[in-house]
Amino acid sequence: MQMIRVGFIALVMLALAVVPVVANAIDEPFYVSLFTRMLVLAIAASSLNLVLGYGGMVSFGHAAYLGLGSYVVGIGFYHAANDGMDWALNGWMHLALAIIIPGLAALLIGAISLRTRGVYFIMITLAFSQMLYYFFIGLERYGGDDGLSLWYLSDFGSVMDLNDDSQLYYLAYGLLLLVLFILYRLVNSRFGMVVRGAKSNERRLMAVGFPTYRYRLVAFGISGAICGVAGFLMANQSEFVSTSEMHWVHSGDLIVMVVLGGMGTLFGPVLGAVGFLMLEQYLPELMEGVCHIIGGSSCGIAGEYWKMVFGPLLILIVLFARGGIDGLLQGKVGRNV
Amino acid sequence: MSEALTIEGLVKQFGGLTATDHLSLSVTKGEVHAVIGPNGAGKTTLIGQLTGEITPDAGTVRFAGRDVTGLAVHRRSMLGLARSFQITNVLADFTARANVALAVQAHQGHSFRFWRKAATDQRLIGPAEEHLATVGLADRAGVTASSLSHGEQRQLELAMALATRPAMLLLDEPMAGMGPEDSARMVEILKRLKGDLTILLVEHDMDAVFALADRITVLVYGRAIATGSPEQIRNDPDVRAAYLGEESADA
Repeated sequence: MQMIRVGFIALVMLALAVVPVVANAIDEPFYVSLFTRMLVLAIAASSLNLVLGYGGMVSFGHAAYLGLGSYVVGIGFYHAANDGMDWALNGWMHLALAIIIPGLAALLIGAISLRTRGVYFIMITLAFSQMLYYFFIGLERYGGDDGLSLWYLSDFGSVMDLNDDSQLYYLAYGLLLLVLFILYRLVNSRFGMVVRGAKSNERRLMAVGFPTYRYRLVAFGISGAICGVAGFLMANQSEFVSTSEMHWVHSGDLIVMVVLGGMGTLFGPVLGAVGFLMLEQYLPELMEGVCHIIGGSSCGIAGEYWKMVFGPLLILIVLFARGGIDGLLQGKVGRNV
Repeated sequence: MSEALTIEGLVKQFGGLTATDHLSLSVTKGEVHAVIGPNGAGKTTLIGQLTGEITPDAGTVRFAGRDVTGLAVHRRSMLGLARSFQITNVLADFTARANVALAVQAHQGHSFRFWRKAATDQRLIGPAEEHLATVGLADRAGVTASSLSHGEQRQLELAMALATRPAMLLLDEPMAGMGPEDSARMVEILKRLKGDLTILLVEHDMDAVFALADRITVLVYGRAIATGSPEQIRNDPDVRAAYLGEESADA
């Protein structure tokens, strides 16, 4: 089974590596933006996986860090476009701030949230992210409810041009690989052992002498920082920044991706993000097709009900595929309840 | 004469129930001091106050010459006070080796080390395997803790406590739920540790208590009704009345 798993993951990562080449060859540039979105959400889901999968901290507010990262780009663009501050488009600065600001926000939010447990933790992380959501709605200057359309993207000078979809794609792909490598080192380090141990049995960890709170907090901050990178990419991919990306529904989507792919495994969230967006994209078409095959009438609207299939499908995976898609690949088919 | 642990005037109430009632007790360096008493005597509450999980309402706990009454759990562990839990409390999804390695790691400075792999770090694995050998689990190091037998989990529990290089061990019913065979093995392991370590032993198994203890304190309703050598305790009329069997009190 291990062979199948490694093979499958390698295949997915290789396939992702050639998406722009294939898309341009068959002249379907749409695929590049769809798959860029997958990579971006794979980074965001991986960041959530650090706290959720490895640390057992169910953050229901990770959309906030995604949003903060994208607003770094949006606010930089605003001042470049309106105040002639050209330096505010500097891509390196965007990337750095999209790591630092969401990271600090996560440290602050985590410092309070991590004093609670269970449902309270979930609700507090949710409350903080909704606070940020309404804060940005109130920021009329930066578009408020309507968001900001970006005429200029993050500027990396002669190094790369993000207006070129393929270059943006490979930046996202490179950053995903980097994030996965960093996470791999992190979760297997001494630090990682403490965070994972605290998920398994925090009381025991304190008894052997670990001040677990500070380790969990640092993990939470790192997770926010990585999620901010995804936000930076998302703004440049959609060429638009808005509060809707910070809405709690997106925090829920990220949790679904992690659970769907496999919590607490390195590649699980990547598989989850790819699977989630594939289903979102093709399930409606599939349902329409099935409707035609079984000879139903007014099949045009069948696709609109894709979530009626998507929801139960997720429930089945959670119930019966221990460890999500990654668990299935390892042959861990068994009931979770 | 040199005291490892001194408890003075300790009080803990839960609502109307006084779980610890003006308890004073001292444990001499190097001795095995057993605390016995019927169910509900407040033994586990006492352990909780010694480790810092429960805050006493009044009184002081002194360990290694300093007042630790208000000290956090992990800080007491750093001072050399280690505990084992009454209900097995190990990291179920970690291997035995990883369980002990984490306990070793806790006492090698901070763990904000983000890059090097912990699982192959000889500074963790080496000591971890030594401690596993001490408790007789050397050949079970690679087994996931949840797959170990109950007795083995109790041994693992002890190995984790030892891995924190304690000056003193608080053992909360180490023989709980063990069959006579496992129990006898645990007594042997503890006998070997005796002398190097100060041990406070809370235990129901009287054979184990009388085999190991240098001194015994009898707790009833949160109060120490007697402290003395096993011989003295065996012959103390109050103890016999309260605990070892009422009928002998008439004699």
